[in-house]
Amino acid sequence: MSKFKKKKGGELPAISTASLPDIVFMLLFFFMVATVMRDSTLMVMNVLPAADQIQKLDKKDRVMYIYAGKPSTRYQDKYGTSAKIQLNDKFSTVADVAAFVLAERASKRQELQNVLTTALKVDGETKMGLIQDIKQELRKVSALKINYTTRVGDYAQNIK
Amino acid sequence: MAKRSAPEVNAGSMADIAFLLLIFFLVTTTIETDSGINRKLPPMEDQVDPPIIREKNILPVVINKNNQLLVEEELVDIKDLRQVAIDFLDNGGGQGEEACDYCQGKRSPASSDNPDKAIISLKNDRETSYKIYIAVQNELVAAYNDLRDREFKRLNPNLGLSYVEAEKRADDPRTSIEEVERLQPKLDAVKALFPQKLSEAEPSKPSN
Repeated sequence: MSKFKKKKGGELPAISTASLPDIVFMLLFFFMVATVMRDSTLMVMNVLPAADQIQKLDKKDRVMYIYAGKPSTRYQDKYGTSAKIQLNDKFSTVADVAAFVLAERASKRQELQNVLTTALKVDGETKMGLIQDIKQELRKVSALKINYTTRVGDYAQNIK
Repeated sequence: MAKRSAPEVNAGSMADIAFLLLIFFLVTTTIETDSGINRKLPPMEDQVDPPIIREKNILPVVINKNNQLLVEEELVDIKDLRQVAIDFLDNGGGQGEEACDYCQGKRSPASSDNPDKAIISLKNDRETSYKIYIAVQNELVAAYNDLRDREFKRLNPNLGLSYVEAEKRADDPRTSIEEVERLQPKLDAVKALFPQKLSEAEPSKPSN
């Protein structure tokens, strides 16, 4: 009898939850650091072509992004299926590129204005005509440093 | 009989453990950055008198509207492009002042004189697919990188790095300034041996 009583008496000690906030903060910090914020929501399809002879892009504050490709499925009935340029959050035409670059350049700090890179995030299915037009516009405003942003992979993935 | 309950676990050090983990993850995670092929566009103002370049120093690469690759007017498979470009750049057919003492090519008089003179001219149609264009760009950059790797290893045999690795290290912000200063002149020397002379033609009108 006494044996059973003993067991009942030895209750489990409450688990301390004092460190729970620490764990939560740790997770929070981890995700804060690891998440990459996307500046603008993509409105175009953006399957980048693959390449393996690549260099890392400059620091984020020295880069401006130009997206191009077919409008994504939910915009297709409104904008059609021909390739479009996306600057910031809206569809644009080639004529807007120069103004966009100048505005972006003006928004950067003085010392960065001459080292800006234009990252072209263009869908693999796009025709070169559009890209040539963009490049001509970039030359007009002498934004000469460009980067064809790609996926890491073998070039053979592009030929199919 | 003494009543014994399990002693409470001391949680005071839990915060330390949490911070340790946090710091571990902070150090080990690298935020994914975009990468791609860097290019420099030519400035808009036209050159007053374009320099005269001999035909044999130009390797014309054309991608037509059916995504076919033509090198010197001949159909070439894209997987052979790298070797074709290497053969062209590394030919070193020049004589006298234009001779190239580090080239290992065939030294054919019909191909380029010297890597410093050799120009690859890339031309594409408006209907060319971007994917193919990137694949071609990638292979041309690969040709330069292969040659630069070779020269870098020849000039710096005990460094144990290839050109691409050394360049990556020099660009890495974590590398110490002394090391960057040590690597940079070596990189520049190799770059001067095989300067990347990739010319892109003005957009061509759609051909019928």
